[in-house]
Amino acid sequence: MSYTVNATGICKSFGNQRVLDQVDLAVETGSVLALLGPNGAGKTTMVRILATLLRPDEGTATVAGHDLLADPVAVKRSISLTGQYAAVDDMLTGQENLEMMAQLRHLPRREVRARATQLLADFDLLDARDRRVATYSGGMKRRLDLAISMVERPELLFLDEPSTGLDPRSREQLWGTVRRLVDDGVTVLLTTQYLAEADQLADTICLLDHGRIAARGTPDELKSSLGTEVIRLRFADDASYRRVAAALTPTHTDPRLRTVEVATDGSAAEVLSLLGSLDAAGTPALQVSVLRPSLDDVFLSLTSMDLPVTDAEEMAR
Amino acid sequence: MSMAATISDTRVMVTRSVRRSRRDPEAFFTALMLPVVLMLLFVYVFGGAMNTGTSYANYVVPGLIVLCAGFGAGTTAVAVATDMSNGIVDRFRSMPISGSSVLAGHITASLLRNLIATTLVIGVGLAVGWRPDASVAGWAGAAGMIVLFILALSWLAAAVGLLVHGAEAANSATFVFMFIPYVSTAFVPAATMPGWLRGFAAHQPFTPIVETMRGLWMGHTSTGASVASQAGLAVLYCVAILILSAAAASWLFHHRVSQSS
Repeated sequence: MSYTVNATGICKSFGNQRVLDQVDLAVETGSVLALLGPNGAGKTTMVRILATLLRPDEGTATVAGHDLLADPVAVKRSISLTGQYAAVDDMLTGQENLEMMAQLRHLPRREVRARATQLLADFDLLDARDRRVATYSGGMKRRLDLAISMVERPELLFLDEPSTGLDPRSREQLWGTVRRLVDDGVTVLLTTQYLAEADQLADTICLLDHGRIAARGTPDELKSSLGTEVIRLRFADDASYRRVAAALTPTHTDPRLRTVEVATDGSAAEVLSLLGSLDAAGTPALQVSVLRPSLDDVFLSLTSMDLPVTDAEEMAR
Repeated sequence: MSMAATISDTRVMVTRSVRRSRRDPEAFFTALMLPVVLMLLFVYVFGGAMNTGTSYANYVVPGLIVLCAGFGAGTTAVAVATDMSNGIVDRFRSMPISGSSVLAGHITASLLRNLIATTLVIGVGLAVGWRPDASVAGWAGAAGMIVLFILALSWLAAAVGLLVHGAEAANSATFVFMFIPYVSTAFVPAATMPGWLRGFAAHQPFTPIVETMRGLWMGHTSTGASVASQAGLAVLYCVAILILSAAAASWLFHHRVSQSS
């Protein structure tokens, strides 16, 4: 198995504040790894270190087979960084941005324009090619940002909070674009504070909490680490709700919604017998749903963090 | 990094910075209006009351050149600070390009902007009665002084832009460049100022720079000092500012953690 990123024991402090504490990170070639955590967890610092913008205080890393500290120029040739804020020049047009980056990548002069045009087509920006980027929507800027990253196909693409500030539709489009790049064989290191984004895109999730890796695994592994599934029962009236909440041993209750959650193995027989006994007791359930633990539950159980409440979180359920 | 690659990167960055200046219509318009308006203001409004021993147009042209350059320095500092607070510099720094090319782009654009403003000052000056009495060599010397001065001020502005956080801070920090020229011999002779101010006005860097231009164009300085001594001092000041600012700017560019993180 080969790794595009292999970092061990990365430490970084700013003044007295320890931002990264002995972080090990391995990104398998061709995969997407999500560094997930709230603001201040150290995600961006980790990306800036691996992208040669910051020197770690301790630790070693290879990126695309090159030693990060000994040969940063070789690392720079293999990577592409898209920042938290779209790293494009908004006083230039889309075409000018792409041509500028193609020139900086030292493409032969006659290929510069052709490459720019092709990328504009690939990223659905041909109509806007001659408009200044300042007039682009957030989604268009992010697409241009990604197009710029693909001027020369990088071995490793950093996506630092790519969907910050995007509406849900643009976010879906962005995810589609990222998946296409991954299908093309690009290895991606993604940072995000949105669970849905990690769930949608990542093969592996590393949960970063106060500068340490708190958990790592596939999205499914992290979810099943919490074990059982849950049946959520909703009742029509307060009396039924109170009787059932008292009779069963719920994992969670919500008097406002009149819902009771109980653990289950998820089998049809168990669900059927539970509903039957509720009927027999004269307190039939109004609605029933079976839930897997969400990534939110995983995080809340593993860390001290408060994740931002967004529509993205709803999508993760 | 090969020399050819560095030159190519620098050319790309110069193109970028020049395009950005051209597309900032407000700043561009102000930069073009300023020399005209100030010249008319100083010559026709204040000029009559000024007693400089010569027609005021003949006195004030070098002063307006440094004043407009002071304004230009603000534009440069803001351009650099804006870049630094934007993701794009991080992208440049993560690419295998020479970091100095980004700054070189800003400095070249700054030089071009200021030379346009200077040309305007000279043109408007001639139109309102400025009558320099200089040989070709004198003009060439004055041009050299102007280029050296603008280069030094551009690097100083770039260093300020890298040091402060954000475009507004950069703008306020460079305000000083628009006021310091007033406390020199740029607009009135230092002898007319109160004693406690006179020492500063007679010796601060803007004075030998202004007096060098004045001496080369008009044949004599306003202070009575020799042109050669003023020129020597001016070149010394400019080269010192240039070297220190360029070193500081390069260091800041490479070491400062970007403001966006």
